[in-house]
Amino acid sequence: MEHIIHGTVLVEGAASGPLLASDTPLSFWGGYSQFTGEVIDRRHPLSGEIATDCILAIPASRGSSTTTAVLLEAVRRGTAPAALITSQTDTFLVLASIVADELYQKPIPVVVLDIEAFALLSSGQYAVLNPDGNVIVRDR
Amino acid sequence: MNLTLSDQADLHGERGKARQMAMRILVRMLPVFGAEKFLDITAAHIDSSLFQGDATLKYAQRLSEWGAKVVVPTTLNVSGVDEHGWKRWSVPEDWAEKARRQMAAYQSMGCRPTWTCAPYQESERPVFGQQIAWGESSAVVFVNSVLGARTARYPDLLDICAAITGRVPAAGLHLEENRRGQVLYRLKGVPHTLLEDDSFYGVLGHLIGTDAGTFIPVIERLEAFPGEDHLKALGAAMASAGAVALYHLIGVTPEAPAMESVFRGAPPLRTVTITMEMLRAARKELTTADNEQLDMIVLGSPHFSLNEFAALSKLVQGKCRHERVQFLITASRAVRALADRAGYLEAIRRFGGRVTVDTCILTSPMLPSSIHVLMTNSAKYAYYAPGLLGTRVVYGSMEDCVGSAISGGVTIDSAQWSI
Repeated sequence: MEHIIHGTVLVEGAASGPLLASDTPLSFWGGYSQFTGEVIDRRHPLSGEIATDCILAIPASRGSSTTTAVLLEAVRRGTAPAALITSQTDTFLVLASIVADELYQKPIPVVVLDIEAFALLSSGQYAVLNPDGNVIVRDR
Repeated sequence: MNLTLSDQADLHGERGKARQMAMRILVRMLPVFGAEKFLDITAAHIDSSLFQGDATLKYAQRLSEWGAKVVVPTTLNVSGVDEHGWKRWSVPEDWAEKARRQMAAYQSMGCRPTWTCAPYQESERPVFGQQIAWGESSAVVFVNSVLGARTARYPDLLDICAAITGRVPAAGLHLEENRRGQVLYRLKGVPHTLLEDDSFYGVLGHLIGTDAGTFIPVIERLEAFPGEDHLKALGAAMASAGAVALYHLIGVTPEAPAMESVFRGAPPLRTVTITMEMLRAARKELTTADNEQLDMIVLGSPHFSLNEFAALSKLVQGKCRHERVQFLITASRAVRALADRAGYLEAIRRFGGRVTVDTCILTSPMLPSSIHVLMTNSAKYAYYAPGLLGTRVVYGSMEDCVGSAISGGVTIDSAQWSI
C-alpha cells in the first residue's frame, strides 16, 4: 500500500527513510542523544529507538529551550533524523534546521501535516519526502 | 512581511555581519511564528549559553568574532561549567575549556554573567507588561505567569538574535489576545496541609504540564497562598512535562484576579477535575528508583532561592549527613553570595552540603560515575535526570531529602498523600 499525504513545507528539502512515528511530543534536550541518535526520554513511547537517518514524526517538541541546540549538534555529528514531520508548527525544530543551514549548509527538511493526516503515519512504514511537501508513505 | 527600514538595514548588513545574521535568522522564523512584523523588546535572557558541543560553541564564536553586541539589558542562563569550581567535580578538561570559551563569547557581546536559570531571583527583574525575549523554559513560564511580562518560549540560538537586534516576531504571548486562559483545572479533595508541602507544587505542575501540552492552564483559587518558590516549582514542572509558557492561578498571578477576566468571558476549552488519585499517580511518575539505595541529594532546579537557603539551613542546623549520601545545591553566584552573607551557608557546610554555581547537574557533566540514585525536590531534575544522566531518581519534599541524607537511605513521609 502506498499513499500520498500533502504537507506544508516549513524547511524545504527532500529525504527518504524508515518512519519513526509517535503522537507524543519530544524534548530533544534530555530526550535525544546527539552522540547516538537514540531517543533517550525513558517516558517516551519511542525510547530506545535510533532516529538517525529516519523520518521522525512527532506532533511537536516540548520541554527545554535547548532542544534546538541538541538537534543542531546532532546535525554536526551526523546523528540527526533525515527529516522531521510534525502536526503543529514547531518553532524549535525549524530554528534548529535554519541554524544548521547557516553553520553547516545542512538544513533538515521540516513538514507540517494536519492532525488527520499525521494520524495516518506509523513506525515501520517507509516515507519519501518531496521538496513540495508531499509525503509518500509505503507499508513495508 | 512588513519590515521597518531599521529591520531592512540589519538584513542588508548595514550594521555589521553579526546583526545581519541575527536578522536573517529572525526573518526566516517570522512566518513560522505566524507573524508579519517584529516588535521591540527591552530585555533578554539567553539560554544559548548552555554548552552542548562544538556547534553551539561555533555559533557563539561566530557571532562574537563578527562583533555582535546586545542592544537591550541581557542576562545569561546557566553555562556548561562552574567556572571557578569545576575541578572539584568530574568535568572533563576539554569540556570545561570549550564551555568556558562559550561563556567568554557571550560575555563579549555585552551580556551580564549571571549564569542562572532563575534570573528573576537576581537584582533586576522584568515588570508587568514588559516585552522581553527569554529562553529557558522554566524562566519563561515564571516571567510570563508570576511577573506578567511578555515573552514567547524562545529556543536556544534565537534568544541571542533577539538580544542583538532588539526585535522579536509580533506573535504569541507578546500579544494580549493570546494570553487568555484555555483549560481550567479544579482541585477536588486536596487537604489544606498538602498545599503547604513544597513537593505538592512539582507534582501538580507535572500533572498539568502533561495534560495541557501547549495550552494555557488556569488553576482555580487554592485554599493557600503559594509563595514564589512554590510558583517556581509549579511552572518548571509544567514546562518540563509539557510546553507550558504561561499559566494563571486565580487570585495569585497578576493576570488572573478572577475567573471571568482570565477567560475573557469565553468558556474554557475543557475543564479537568484533579483528584488525589491523579496527584498520587503523577507523583509516582516522578520517581524511577524502587529501592532504598541513595547516592546523592540534589536541590536547586531551577536555581535555589535565598528563601530556600534559609529554609534548608534551618532544617540541617546542628545535623550531619550520612557519609554515604552526598548533598548538593545548585544556585547562582549572586544568591550564593547573599546566602553566605545572611549566614545560611555555615549550617549547610557543617551538615556536609556543597554548593555549585553557574550550572547544574543536567548541563555540566560534573557527577562522578559512582552516582546511580539521586533524590530531589525538583520535578525538573526528576524529569530529566533519567534520560540525561542515566541515573534513577526519587522525588520528595525538601524535608524528605534532608531526612534521607541523614539516615543514609530513602525515607519519605507520604502520610499527606494517602488521604
